[in-house]
Amino acid sequence: MKPGEITDFVHDEAWMLDQGQYHDWLELWLPDAIYWMPLNWNQQDPINETSLLYEDNFMLRLRVERLHGARTFSQKPKSRCHHVLNRPRIEEISDDEARVVTQMHYIETRLDEQMLLALTVRHHLKRVEDRIMIAGKRVDILNCDAAFGNIQLLP
Amino acid sequence: MTDETQQIHEVIDRVIRPEQVHRDVYTSPGIFRLEMRHLFPNCWVYVGHESQTPNPGDYITAQIGDQPLLQVRHSDGEIKVLYNRCPHKGTKIVIDKAGNTGKFFRCPYHAWSFKTDGCLLAIPLKKGYQGTGLEGTEAAKGLAAVGAWHNYRGFIFARLAREGIGFDDFFGDSLSSLDNMVDRSPVGSLTVAGAPLRYMHRCNWKMLVENQTDTCHPMVAHESSAGTAVKIWESMDKTEDTPTPPAMEIIAPFMSPYEFFENMGIRTWPNGHGHTGVHHSIHSDYSAIPGYFESMTEAYGEDRAREILGENRHNTVYFPNIMIKGPIQQLRNFIPLAADKTLVESWIFRLDGAPDQLVARTAMYNRMINAPTSMVGHDDLEMYERAQEGLMADGLEWVNIQRLYEEGEDLSQEAVLNGTTERQMRNQFDAWKRFIIGGVA
Repeated sequence: MKPGEITDFVHDEAWMLDQGQYHDWLELWLPDAIYWMPLNWNQQDPINETSLLYEDNFMLRLRVERLHGARTFSQKPKSRCHHVLNRPRIEEISDDEARVVTQMHYIETRLDEQMLLALTVRHHLKRVEDRIMIAGKRVDILNCDAAFGNIQLLP
Repeated sequence: MTDETQQIHEVIDRVIRPEQVHRDVYTSPGIFRLEMRHLFPNCWVYVGHESQTPNPGDYITAQIGDQPLLQVRHSDGEIKVLYNRCPHKGTKIVIDKAGNTGKFFRCPYHAWSFKTDGCLLAIPLKKGYQGTGLEGTEAAKGLAAVGAWHNYRGFIFARLAREGIGFDDFFGDSLSSLDNMVDRSPVGSLTVAGAPLRYMHRCNWKMLVENQTDTCHPMVAHESSAGTAVKIWESMDKTEDTPTPPAMEIIAPFMSPYEFFENMGIRTWPNGHGHTGVHHSIHSDYSAIPGYFESMTEAYGEDRAREILGENRHNTVYFPNIMIKGPIQQLRNFIPLAADKTLVESWIFRLDGAPDQLVARTAMYNRMINAPTSMVGHDDLEMYERAQEGLMADGLEWVNIQRLYEEGEDLSQEAVLNGTTERQMRNQFDAWKRFIIGGVA
């Protein structure tokens, strides 16, 4: 992989989320990939402790389909989101695999409310045929242990 | 009766009818203050779990109503529940969620120090108090203890009031749900697993408690998550060998039809306690975990093991403000912050001596259903917050809790009824009224 295509990928993925291109976004995920959002700072165990998210393909698809549902009451009206990215730091890189960490500010809004979250986003990327795909994603929220209201979209 | 007592009686009588309650119970800051001064102090309220403070000097911060507390393990091995307030100037003694204070607490403001049972240990420059009569003040007594506390199989409950109902009389036979949760451990004990979810709700705490036995909302409010999960699963190309996604086991049962919830049954006990899932529940059909039944049989014998695991109680409400799920070892604490603000903490427990897969399933349930990022939680919170705003409408002032109401209903008796009855909501308000009035009488 080349550094430029990795950083482009991270920016493009955030852009898809901000634009609500969720079906395209789902296509980025490898079948056994997991989206993990820890509940605790420096949490090590995603399985035997509670996390905010620890989602497989089925759950991510459910999330996307639900956002489009006719009776999704908490999305009437819909939320919007916005990511601002720092320059991604590539931590490991080889021909067909990379690990990259990116600091982001995430804004989600609905009705008169707006929320700002500071994120550290870790992507594990793999090249499959000629495409880069997500093998795993970990999103740490700076104040992950704070009491939140609804976080409805995907930081 | 004093004038104030008379006024409180009048307020309570005005807002509670057997089959409906006035919206003020959810919206009025005045009624919220009555709850803080007279309801919560007179009930036995959950503080924490003993596994959070395993060693001498270990403490956690907690609260009952609006009262800041700490639970601490004293040097003699016993757990104490104290007010988290320096008797000198009022500073909170500790503010982190958990820690170890060693042999004594030391106030960070003026270094007054206290033993872990609260007794005053030392004051710097103590000669400044000579001859001032300090020894006769409450400040000299150290950190104040709450009225009473009790460790029930690891669960610490406290009553703030010095006098009042005893622990056993308050809970009665409802303790069978806590028993069942603990008995599911082959060694009969639980340990808190990880941090709790903390989810802020801009609604009254009682809406959350009532929702725990509201069996007519899942298939409606949660259609967007549970119904969509079922549709996706049905549309997928699969063979007999395709594993069922965990989401189907956890979320899909929320779409069960009304008949399922009617037949599951509701049991109410005196003093506002009750549970759904007398005969079966949405937790009935979880897959078996290899090795678990064997270890339960070894511990209890096969008949008793089957009896323990055959209970599928869904939600047990312990009045006033917690809910437990025995089959999945979860406790939710609905902490009132204001008339229109509630902090929900969702805790999970490991069954000591049981396979890891059990706590893994519990953690999965917690994040899928009760997280601020949960698709199920989103629609619940949406309903509560819409209700909190809608209740301000002056055209209608009463909230209806009449489903399967019968005139002359005797809430002082345990009863098992159709699972869609709102008797448990009426039961909570019956206790609410009695304990507020009991607190001022």
